[in-house]
Amino acid sequence: MKIKLRCPECDCEIELEDVLEGEIISCEDCGVDLEVKKKADGTYELVVAESEGEDWGE
Amino acid sequence: MPILSLLYDRIRVEEKLIINAAEKKGVELKPIDVKDLHLVITDPSKDREIFGDVAIERCISYFRGLHLAAILEGKNIKVINPYSILSICGNKMLTSIILAKHGIPTPKTIIAFTKEEALKAIEEIGFPAVIKPIFGSWGRLVAQVKDKDVAQVILEHREEINNPLYQIYYIQEMIERPPRDIRCIVIDNEIIASIYRYSSPDDWRTNIARGGRAEPCNLTEDMKEIILKTAEVIGGGVLGIDAMESKNGIVVHEVNPTVEFKGAMSATGIDIAGKIIDYAVKIAKK
Repeated sequence: MKIKLRCPECDCEIELEDVLEGEIISCEDCGVDLEVKKKADGTYELVVAESEGEDWGE
Repeated sequence: MPILSLLYDRIRVEEKLIINAAEKKGVELKPIDVKDLHLVITDPSKDREIFGDVAIERCISYFRGLHLAAILEGKNIKVINPYSILSICGNKMLTSIILAKHGIPTPKTIIAFTKEEALKAIEEIGFPAVIKPIFGSWGRLVAQVKDKDVAQVILEHREEINNPLYQIYYIQEMIERPPRDIRCIVIDNEIIASIYRYSSPDDWRTNIARGGRAEPCNLTEDMKEIILKTAEVIGGGVLGIDAMESKNGIVVHEVNPTVEFKGAMSATGIDIAGKIIDYAVKIAKK
């Protein structure tokens, strides 16, 4: 299913297909990393993703 | 059939593979973004229904995952991996202590708490030496120390970092090895897959996150014995055990408790994600 969302950083329109909650995508316009979040009403939104922490890894 | 949860703070390829594997096996797995949680620790019975019978902890942030595991175990929820494994493997010094105590071959390691003593330790090890933070992953800030000048600069930089963990200096001998290391995925004390990780032409580190390349690896019986003994002393669970080929056989240098396995899965074709689900189901039934 295709959905249209807006980049919270640059407000450009982003079209997504078969998204998974928690997935990270990059905004093609401004380059910021965005996380796909599911709202309480079941719709999706994009939030700016956390940046790499010193304790990130495996 | 038991209910599982997948605790994440970022969906990597591995988390997608785990979600898909559960779906294929008809196992109920609830993905939970831990960034959306707050947990009551003074009432251990609260929140239990959220996490199912077993929680597969896959946080990209080590400290977040470590603390989360402790909270859930306080609520009598089984966690893969448990806090005991996470606390050892997330700290390279604690891992080295366990390996050395059980006679598992590992590079010579010295710890120092000041820049001055760290320099002495590097000279005692001999050049080139390797200096690593005791925490962190993906080869972050792991440096090859080729001479005394480089040592001084690295130590000065470390001293400037405003995090006391960076001032616990972990210094290791540089193992003379081929331009690769060995990554073994061990689940429930069984070797599931083994790969060579070749370093990229631009980096001496073999981490896949640094551009390393994976190829299947056939372990010898001697190697298998060392890897399995490592898993045993760490406490089982789901582990990524890293070893290097020295002139005198393999030496284990790291154990990863939230192992990234996309390289191993594509190089070997082994369904590692499926094995993790099988293991979680087995633990739930215990």
